[in-house]
Amino acid sequence: MSVATAPARKTAGQSFSDWANAHRKWLFAAPAMIFVGILIIFPVAWTVYLSLTDASGSVRADSDFIGLENYLSVLTDTDRFWPAAGRTAYFTVTALAVEMVLGMCIALLLWRPFRGEKWVRVAILLPLVATPVAVGMMWRLIFDPNIGFANQMLGWVGIPPQPWLSGVESALPTTIFIDIWQWTPMIVLILLAGLTSLSEEPDEAARIDGANAWQRFWYVTLPLMMPTVIVAVLLRSIDALKTFDILYATKGKGGGSFNEVETLNIYAYGLSFDYNKYGLSSTVLILFFLIIVSIMFLLTRRRKGTP
Amino acid sequence: MSTVTELPESFAPVLAPRRKPLRSRAYKAFRVCALVVVVLALLAPLAWMVLASFKTNVDIYDAAKSLVFTPTFENYSNVLQRNNYFVFIFNSFWVAFASTLLSLLLGVPAAYAMSRFSMQRSALVVLMARIIPGVSLLVPWYYVFSNLRMVGGFSVLILSHMFVALPLIVYIMMSYFDSLPVELEESAQVDGLSPIGAFRLITLPLSLPGIMTAGILAFIFSWNNFMFALVLSGASTKTLPVAIFDFVSYASIDWGGLMAAATVVTIPIMVIALFTQKYVVSGLTAGATKG
Repeated sequence: MSVATAPARKTAGQSFSDWANAHRKWLFAAPAMIFVGILIIFPVAWTVYLSLTDASGSVRADSDFIGLENYLSVLTDTDRFWPAAGRTAYFTVTALAVEMVLGMCIALLLWRPFRGEKWVRVAILLPLVATPVAVGMMWRLIFDPNIGFANQMLGWVGIPPQPWLSGVESALPTTIFIDIWQWTPMIVLILLAGLTSLSEEPDEAARIDGANAWQRFWYVTLPLMMPTVIVAVLLRSIDALKTFDILYATKGKGGGSFNEVETLNIYAYGLSFDYNKYGLSSTVLILFFLIIVSIMFLLTRRRKGTP
Repeated sequence: MSTVTELPESFAPVLAPRRKPLRSRAYKAFRVCALVVVVLALLAPLAWMVLASFKTNVDIYDAAKSLVFTPTFENYSNVLQRNNYFVFIFNSFWVAFASTLLSLLLGVPAAYAMSRFSMQRSALVVLMARIIPGVSLLVPWYYVFSNLRMVGGFSVLILSHMFVALPLIVYIMMSYFDSLPVELEESAQVDGLSPIGAFRLITLPLSLPGIMTAGILAFIFSWNNFMFALVLSGASTKTLPVAIFDFVSYASIDWGGLMAAATVVTIPIMVIALFTQKYVVSGLTAGATKG
């Protein structure tokens, strides 16, 4: 018996490992894909379905199929949806633009070696790893109209106190400022990695041809850095569009009592978890999702186009 | 500069204008000033948070006591004892640790296959998790997981944080495996190892620095995640970022306690990041220089 079974067991084991080796491509990739797929595909399909119903109240409540009615009411909603979309665009574009320019300046400052480099790197790392909710709370104290350090500083130079986060006009720019504080370091790190991998020759050649620092940056370094710049824009815009933690921490659930900082993300969250209007919130989410995917599509096409 | 000294005097102005050394000294001074401003702007707010956490609420309201005050540990003892923060600290650690470990288990082999067989489209499936706004998944997740009676338990929190960690790990490890030469595995296979054996015995040990990078970054992002835990955690599984809100009520804010709580959330992750600086930086810049 043992003589007969031993080789059989061995071939069975062998054939399994042969099979595993032959199919290792999918054996390795499938578990992760299935995990993410299950957590994405069902919810997205369900969100599409919900967006076509009048579901509200409880997630389990009965709902009626109402076709594209939600889409019609969301797209004609100049009260909440379009202002929220506008704020999302304003937040993303402003934060991204300032972060890119500031990030490039700081990266250029750090490019050539200097004493104390290590300390500056530590300073750059700390905001990046700080918990965003805690960061939001920290700035909320600093920007507090009565006891905040920001207004104390303004007082020293004789400027009257500003409402900062509590002002209807100033709340969104203030949250953009917080986003800039936290995420410019990431742009610096990415651009610095790009700068240090550049070869010195083109810069040297331009120097010998008599180009000044600005010309060398604009005509030599920046074009060479374009691929890295696009990666940085891509990574940062994905997160900036979805900003939640800082807005929620500084202004609370609905983006403040006057919806000062209500972006699409905050609006959809409020519709779902404060007002339980699942049909409507699903519609907002589908539209938001389409906007993000099309922006990513445009950016990655641009990326492939660059040499 | 050395090329200038070797050339005749008359060429010097063309190759290196006389103004240059002076200008670069001015630039050096400018750079020092600019860097001091940058460092101050980045660190001062964090220092302010830590300072406020050692003040009484009366001192926080007093502008004269901005920097000079009698430090008190009352806020910390308040945070740590009365509000049961040790439980929340444990929750945050456990969720971040478990989700990172499980994501590495799924993500590293997946990234390896996607890198070696250039499965761009499959990689995009996993990276979609990074692009989709988390809010859009929360309602369906909440529905399903509450029907499964999982909301408020650790498993659902770990699953949702894996959703954050996994795409990060796949992205970082793909660019790491891309940079690892295939020849090493091929020569191991010539020596008689199976493809999976070569992955296990050659590639995996060689990619430990990459795995460290991916793991640390996944841990940081999971630790800092707020939105998923806000909806999916229960009273006993609350993570630190959610627990912070206990200090905010509609009527008033306990600023001292809040700043102590914020410090308690932020400091551990900063300490981890400082000790593993090299890995954090290479993780955050992964794939950036390939173009």
